[in-house]
Amino acid sequence: MTLSALETPAPPAPPPPPSRPNRARRAWQKMSPYAYIAPFFTLFAAFGLFPLIYTAFVSLYRVELQTPGDMEWRGLDNYTALFSDDFFWTSLRNTFTIGVISTVPQLVMALGLAHLLNYRLRARTFLRTAMLLPYATSVAAATLVFAQLFGRDFGLINYVAGLVGIGPIDWQTGTVASQIAVSTIVVWRWTGYNALIYLAGMQSIPQELYEAAEMDGASKWRQFFHVTLPGLRPTIVFTVIVSTIGATQLFGEPLLFEGSISGGISHQYQTLGLYMYEQGWGFFHLGRAAAIAWVMFLLIVVVVGVNALLAYRRTRKEAVR
Amino acid sequence: MPTARAARRVTARLGALVLTGALLAACGGSSDADSADGANGKITLTVDLFGSFGYKEAGLYAEYEKLHPNVTIKQTDTEDEADYWKSLQTRLAGGGGLADVQGIEVGRIATVTQQQTDKFEDLKKYGAESLKGQFAEAKWAAATGRSGEVLGLGTDVGPEAMCYRTDLFKKAGLPTDREELAQRWSSWDGYLELGKKYKAKAPDKSAWLDSVGSLYSIMIGQQKERYYSASGELIWDKNPALLEAWDRSVEAAESGLSAELDQWSPQWNQAFAAGSFATIPCPAWMLGYIKGQAGDAGQGKWDIAKLPGGAGNWGGSYLSIPRAAEHKKEAYELIKWLTAPEQQEKLFRKQGNFPSSTGAIDKVADTTDPYFSDAPTGKIFGDAAKAAPVQVLGLHDQSIAQQITNALSEVERKGTDPDKAWKNASKGVANTLG
Repeated sequence: MTLSALETPAPPAPPPPPSRPNRARRAWQKMSPYAYIAPFFTLFAAFGLFPLIYTAFVSLYRVELQTPGDMEWRGLDNYTALFSDDFFWTSLRNTFTIGVISTVPQLVMALGLAHLLNYRLRARTFLRTAMLLPYATSVAAATLVFAQLFGRDFGLINYVAGLVGIGPIDWQTGTVASQIAVSTIVVWRWTGYNALIYLAGMQSIPQELYEAAEMDGASKWRQFFHVTLPGLRPTIVFTVIVSTIGATQLFGEPLLFEGSISGGISHQYQTLGLYMYEQGWGFFHLGRAAAIAWVMFLLIVVVVGVNALLAYRRTRKEAVR
Repeated sequence: MPTARAARRVTARLGALVLTGALLAACGGSSDADSADGANGKITLTVDLFGSFGYKEAGLYAEYEKLHPNVTIKQTDTEDEADYWKSLQTRLAGGGGLADVQGIEVGRIATVTQQQTDKFEDLKKYGAESLKGQFAEAKWAAATGRSGEVLGLGTDVGPEAMCYRTDLFKKAGLPTDREELAQRWSSWDGYLELGKKYKAKAPDKSAWLDSVGSLYSIMIGQQKERYYSASGELIWDKNPALLEAWDRSVEAAESGLSAELDQWSPQWNQAFAAGSFATIPCPAWMLGYIKGQAGDAGQGKWDIAKLPGGAGNWGGSYLSIPRAAEHKKEAYELIKWLTAPEQQEKLFRKQGNFPSSTGAIDKVADTTDPYFSDAPTGKIFGDAAKAAPVQVLGLHDQSIAQQITNALSEVERKGTDPDKAWKNASKGVANTLG
C-alpha cells in the first residue's frame, strides 16, 4: 500500500495561485520533515544529550546525593583519583575478564548453532523462535533463577557436581568461579540472539559459492571455513562490536547475582557499571560516579574504534588481494 | 486515487501533530493533584516503609481508618533497607514522589538530623514536644536536630538476645534451658567455648552460628561508641571495643563455627528451615523473620536466651514527614497515633517489634511467645532495652559496618588472612567516605 505512491507518481500539478492556504501548505511541505524527526531529537536531547553533558559537568565537582545543593569544585581530581583507585582497576579488570569469558563462547556457540539451523531441519521455525526465548527473558528473572542454580549449599549445579564427586564450589565467593557464573547468565541470554543474526547473514551468502566449492571437492568443514566465514565477516564484526559494548556496560547480572552492589565481598565480580552504581547509589558520591561514567564512555569509544579500524583494514586487504 | 492519498497525508500530519503535542504535554511537568482529595474532605495518606514494620499485618491501619473515616492509608514497602534508602535519597534530591510518611532506620537518622533538616518537617510545629515523655530518652534524642528540631517519632527498638535451636542442642548434648545457657554464655568467650563443644558433636551439616557478620553486628550493638566518638570524630579503626568485636569474630570464623552464610541472602533464608545453624543473634525484630523463614515446622524448636556479654541494641526505626509531603498535618496525626504506647504494645504482641515507648515496655513485660518455646520475650527484651547503652550515631555507620562485615566474610569464606582483610576493610571505608 505504501509503495503505491512510488508506483504511480502524482501528475505534475499546475503552478498554484499564490493564495494563503497554499503558502501555508508549501511552508508545511518544507518544514514537515523536521516535524517528523522532531520527536526523536527532542527525546534524544532530553534523555541522551543533556544527561551526557550534565554528567560531564557533575564529574568536575564533589557532589553528594544527600546534599545536592553543595557542589565543591574539584576540576579533574575525580578522574585522576581513579588512577590510584584499586577498586577501579579491579572492576576494569573484571569487566575485561568477564567480557572475554562471556563474549567468546557466546559468539562461537552462536556460530555453531546458526550453522546447524541453516540445514533443512524438522521444526526449523520452532527451533529458531525457541532460540530467542532467553533473549526475551528479563535480566532480573534470569539472574535470580541462575543465582538459585549456583547456590553453594542448595543449588542444583553443586548437587549435580556432587554426584560426580566434585566438592561443593562456592560460586559466589571464588573469583574465577563467580565470574564464570555471571558469564554463564550472559552467554545463556545472548547466544540465541547472535545465532539468529549469523543465520540471517548465512542466508545472504550466494548458494553458487557453495556449489562451486563442492565441485572443487571442498568438504563441509572447508566450505564452512572458506565460504561461510568470509561471507559472514561483516556480520561477525557487527556482533563483536555489539557484544563488546554490552560487555563493557554489563550491570544487571552482577548486581542481581547476590544483590551486592560491591560485586561480592571482595569485589570479585564487580564490573565498571556496577562500580559506578556503587559510587553513585551506594555511597552517594555523584561526582565520582559521573567521572566513572565518562571514563566508561571513552573506553567504549576507543574499543569500538579499534574494532572498526581492524575490520576496515582487513576488508581493505581483502579488496587489494 | 488522489483522494486516498490526500487522506493518507492528512492522517500522517495529524499523527505528527499528536506526537509533538503529547511530547510537549509530557515535558510540561506534572500537576498530579489527587482527584480523590479535596471537596468531600476525604484524603489518602501515603506511607512508605522498608522491611517489616508490621502495621498492616497487625491491623493498625484498618483501626485508624475506622477512627478517621475520611482517611485512607496506602502503604508501599521495600524489603531491603539499603534499596529503600537509595530510592528515598534520590527522591529527596529530586523533590518529588515522596510519601506523606517515610520510615527512617536508626542507622540513617544521623544523616537526617545532621544534613537534611531542611528536607523533613520539624514536628515541634505540630506539638510533638508534648510526646517527649512517652519515649525512651535516647530514642528521642537521636532524632533531634542541632537546633532542637524533632525530625521523627520513634517506632521500635532492637534489643538483642540469642535465639537457638533446642532440638539441635539436644542432639549435640548441650543444655537447652535458657537460664542455664545464659549462665554458660554470660561472656562471649563462654559462647565460643560452647560453640566448640557443639561442633565436636554436632549433627551433620549444622554449624554453631549463621555467619560471623551477624556475630560482629550483635557485638558492636553492645557498645556505646562504635564508628564515631561522641564528639563526631571518626574512630572506628582505633576503637578498642570494635577491634575486640573483630578479633572475636575472626576467632569464630577460624574455629569453623560459622555456617558461612551471608545475612539476607536467599541461601541464608533457606538455612533457617534446613537447620544449618544452631544459634543466631536476634534483635527483637528478628523473631518475626525467623517465624517467616522457619515456618510452622519450626514451632517449638526455637528458644531465646539472654545475650552473652551484656545488653545491646541493633536497629529500630522512626517515622518522619518530608517537607514535600502533601498532607503533613494529617500525616502527623497518623504517626502520633501509630507510635503511641497502646499501638506499640499491640504491635509487639502481634509482630514482635519491640516498643521504644517507655509506657509500652512495662505493659508488655509479661509477654511470652509460644513459637519460641514460651520464652518470656517481654522480660528478656525489656531488660535488654533498659540496660542497652545509648549509642553514638554517625553519618556513615551503616556503610562502614557493611565494609567490615564484608571483610569478615572474606576471612570466613575465603580464608583470607585477618590482617589482609582488615586492610581491605580500611580501604573500603576510605572509598566509601571518599
